[in-house]
Amino acid sequence: MSALSRKAVRDLWHLRGQALAIALVIAGGVATLVMSQSTYESLTATREQFYRQGALADLWAPLKRAPDTLLPQLAAIPGVQTAQARLLALGTLGVPGFNEPVRAEVVSLPLDGGQPLLNRVQLRSGRLPDPERDNEVVVGEAFAAAHALRAGDTLRLTLRGRQRWLQVVGVGTSPEYVYQSPPGAVFPDFKRYAVLWMNRHAMEKALNMDGAFDNVTLRLLPGARAAAVIAELDRLLARYGGVGAYGRHEQTSARYLEEEMRQLQTMARLFPAIFLGVAAFLLHVVLMRLVGTQRDQIGVLKAFGYSHRALALHYLGMAAAIALLGAALGIALGGGLGRWLAHVYQGIYRFPFLAYQLSIQAVATGVAVSLAAAAAGALMALRAAASLPPAEAMRAPAPARFGPTVIERLGLQRWLSQPARMALRDLERRPGRAAFTVLGLALACAVTMVGRFQGDAIDYMVDTQLSIAQHHDLAVSFIEPAPRRVLFELAALPGVRTAEPVRMAPVRLAHGHRSYRTTIEGLTPDARLRRPLDAQLRPITPSADGVLLTDYLQDMLALAPGDEIEVQALEGHRRVRRVRVAGFVHESIGAQGYMDLDALNRLLGDGDVVSGVLLGVLPGAEPDLYARLDRRPWVAGISSRLASVRSFYATMGESLLVFSLVAALLGGVINFGLVYNAARISLSERGRELASLRVLGMTEGEVSALLLGQLGLLVVVSLPFGFAAGWGLCWLMVQGFQSELFRIPIRLTTATYAFAGLMVLGASVVSALLVRRRIARLDLIAVLKTRE
Amino acid sequence: MALATPLPAAEAVFRARGLTKTYRMGEVEVPALRGVDLDLYRGEFVVLLGPSGSGKSTLLNILGGLDVPTAGEVWYEGHHLTGASERELTLFRREHVGFVFQFYNLIPSLTARENVAIVTELAGQPMTPEEALARVDLADRMDHFPAQLSGGQQQRVAIARAIAKRPAVLLCDEPTGALDSATGVRVLEALERVNAELGTTTVVITHNADIARMAHRVLYLGDGRIVREVRNAQRMPAAELHW
Repeated sequence: MSALSRKAVRDLWHLRGQALAIALVIAGGVATLVMSQSTYESLTATREQFYRQGALADLWAPLKRAPDTLLPQLAAIPGVQTAQARLLALGTLGVPGFNEPVRAEVVSLPLDGGQPLLNRVQLRSGRLPDPERDNEVVVGEAFAAAHALRAGDTLRLTLRGRQRWLQVVGVGTSPEYVYQSPPGAVFPDFKRYAVLWMNRHAMEKALNMDGAFDNVTLRLLPGARAAAVIAELDRLLARYGGVGAYGRHEQTSARYLEEEMRQLQTMARLFPAIFLGVAAFLLHVVLMRLVGTQRDQIGVLKAFGYSHRALALHYLGMAAAIALLGAALGIALGGGLGRWLAHVYQGIYRFPFLAYQLSIQAVATGVAVSLAAAAAGALMALRAAASLPPAEAMRAPAPARFGPTVIERLGLQRWLSQPARMALRDLERRPGRAAFTVLGLALACAVTMVGRFQGDAIDYMVDTQLSIAQHHDLAVSFIEPAPRRVLFELAALPGVRTAEPVRMAPVRLAHGHRSYRTTIEGLTPDARLRRPLDAQLRPITPSADGVLLTDYLQDMLALAPGDEIEVQALEGHRRVRRVRVAGFVHESIGAQGYMDLDALNRLLGDGDVVSGVLLGVLPGAEPDLYARLDRRPWVAGISSRLASVRSFYATMGESLLVFSLVAALLGGVINFGLVYNAARISLSERGRELASLRVLGMTEGEVSALLLGQLGLLVVVSLPFGFAAGWGLCWLMVQGFQSELFRIPIRLTTATYAFAGLMVLGASVVSALLVRRRIARLDLIAVLKTRE
Repeated sequence: MALATPLPAAEAVFRARGLTKTYRMGEVEVPALRGVDLDLYRGEFVVLLGPSGSGKSTLLNILGGLDVPTAGEVWYEGHHLTGASERELTLFRREHVGFVFQFYNLIPSLTARENVAIVTELAGQPMTPEEALARVDLADRMDHFPAQLSGGQQQRVAIARAIAKRPAVLLCDEPTGALDSATGVRVLEALERVNAELGTTTVVITHNADIARMAHRVLYLGDGRIVREVRNAQRMPAAELHW
């Protein structure tokens, strides 16, 4: 080892506290990078593998009823490789010991008892139903886990009002139902929503669909144009009640998964950038200071003939060592966190396997970016070291120049004590450093706020969507639109307080070349249980001469109030009509339209019908109501609003808490790194000054207050900036996460601000305490003699 | 003109007996003081002379409460310093001792006036920073920052800072060590005036034998002991010194 390398090692050892603090900040950045990138790549790989193994379809086409003889025609559409006809039905499920309505989506399995050609069922345990037996069923894994179901357990399925007992023979998943959320909901509800696979034969009997199908899935040939196939499919299925074929990007599960991946990628870019920026700044300050204290050594080395290059490499090597230490810690931590996060996702998505891999690309990027941050941080310090002429380097630096601060020039110095003046002048002399410290602290605060923000946003979404906009206890949906008089039948059921009709009509909205598949919800003018809200969260009554649209569609379809859009009904007569946009409603979840119920029915031209009823229910009446509703053949599903809110929190609560804690920890790491380093550097720069004051009779506490008070000032000043930066960061995340599935609103609670503020103060106090121990060890005697 | 040496008041401000200080440097024990007995009297101007390593600074540090002896005892006006806690020593420095350092050790971010004020704000009955600076002839430089002052001026600010709290003792470690002769003389004049006007017991460490001529008493240290003590029959005014 060369003498210079030895010096580097010893200098690093001497600086170990600061070096470790910086390495931790770097580790935070690399960890988030490796974690999100590895999780992203692992989930992508797992998803692709699962889609391939399970033969996920390319196209889905729901319809009302078509004879099996139509299938060869569909398979013959140019570009189609495989076509699979099947039955798909919504029903309700009774689970012994669970007294709440469970909605079930029942999927038929081929008549021969084998796997379907597309969207195969991956059995996790048990077997597929015996084709000879109509009472056997495979249940989705998430639902089975939520109710601890196993082969041999029994369930009561109600399809079209007919109840039958089924025996569970297997537990499985399918690439089609990776993300399982009930129809019309955004978040999964494993306890109240089930996917079941049954024999086609059994379903034909239950649905009166002998020799007919109501859903077809297709696989395309490589290179086939999906749009052309969809057009042909829609044409062929039009007379069979086809409601429009769609591809993977409109298939719920595939869609959500794609969204989740996109969010992970946003995280993989945003967070590491913050951490590594702060780390570069810290390295810069620490190295500048090191070069400052080693002026004489640099002078001597140069005098002995060491080149600028050799000295530059010496300091660069120290920066690189810190960066590599940070990168190594970050890779280890990020790899572990990534594995954990991938398992959390697997728990939500129920992939049958997880192809977890540490992202080599992320590791390489992490190392490269840390080194780059170190080099960037070291750059100016290196220039300073290189530019010192040997003779000057060996002289002590001239006393620092100070002047009165702005405050004093304004004549306000009477109000300032000497320590306050020292602090202010010191800050004013190095405004860049002070500003950067404030910026770094603000970012630390911001990172913490982001962690809490998701929880706040979800609270807000649930609160507006499920509390202000919705007041019903139960939502009953019908198999198909029914005459409005069923409302009176349901309203008369015992325990029903109020009943309001609703019609959900599947439509395609088009404006210019843009179009979007969604539903228009028809509500009565006096509706109280379900009310769309404007941006100020005031209820809006849907108008009779136009459609209200979710505000998100305004941008998506390039609309302004008063524009006309084309509404194509995807059921009934499948009419196409032009409708005026009456206005926009504010919604965080989903994107749809609202119209006056009568106006909607006139528009669609299929009579005075409703597709569901919202019920207000007397306390305690629900179990009895479930049973009565369940017996009605036209009831497709019943859902309880409060139960879904509860389930949502149960699903998300834990992961949100963990995410919030991890973000707070990372924020704390940045904060600690900054405050600790800032304090250590001030201490080394002002050690002589402080020791002199100790000799002159100041107590340890007074001297600490002098040093730490200045930092405290920066911490306090950083708080409003931190809150602003936190808001900005949340805004950035929100932009990254916007989709028609949901828009995370920027709502931050006071508790979040308080939490972030306390984290900043707490981490600062911890760093201050560590540095205070050093103040206690100031060498009072050395200061009398030596000049630094 | 030589000053007649007034007899110092018989009252001892400091009494030290058997002071021993041994530094442990790794495996090696380095003795710095080997049994020093010393009395310092009120109003006395004492110069400690001796080569490097003779124990001057160690002695000063112990008297000033910055260091504790390995053995032996020190009393300050009847208070036992050797058994005092860190906190008590800090209070002792704060109330009774003024320090002047070789390299001034001014706070660069504070003006001359503020450098004095930072000490007077701690003290019980200080003089004003203005008065302290006037005593060292710096009334016209009060709002200058250290970087705007010469070395001698900075050292006089340091003296003003040390005397502003009216300490009983002024301890100066090589106060002219970093200064040229003419500037050094002005600093010594300031010390002389403070000693005469305020009656502050003043101890000055120096390598410079010429400075010894302005003292009431000169203590020669060698190898950790007081090897010689000289009482000047005639003190020479600082203004007449040169080296």
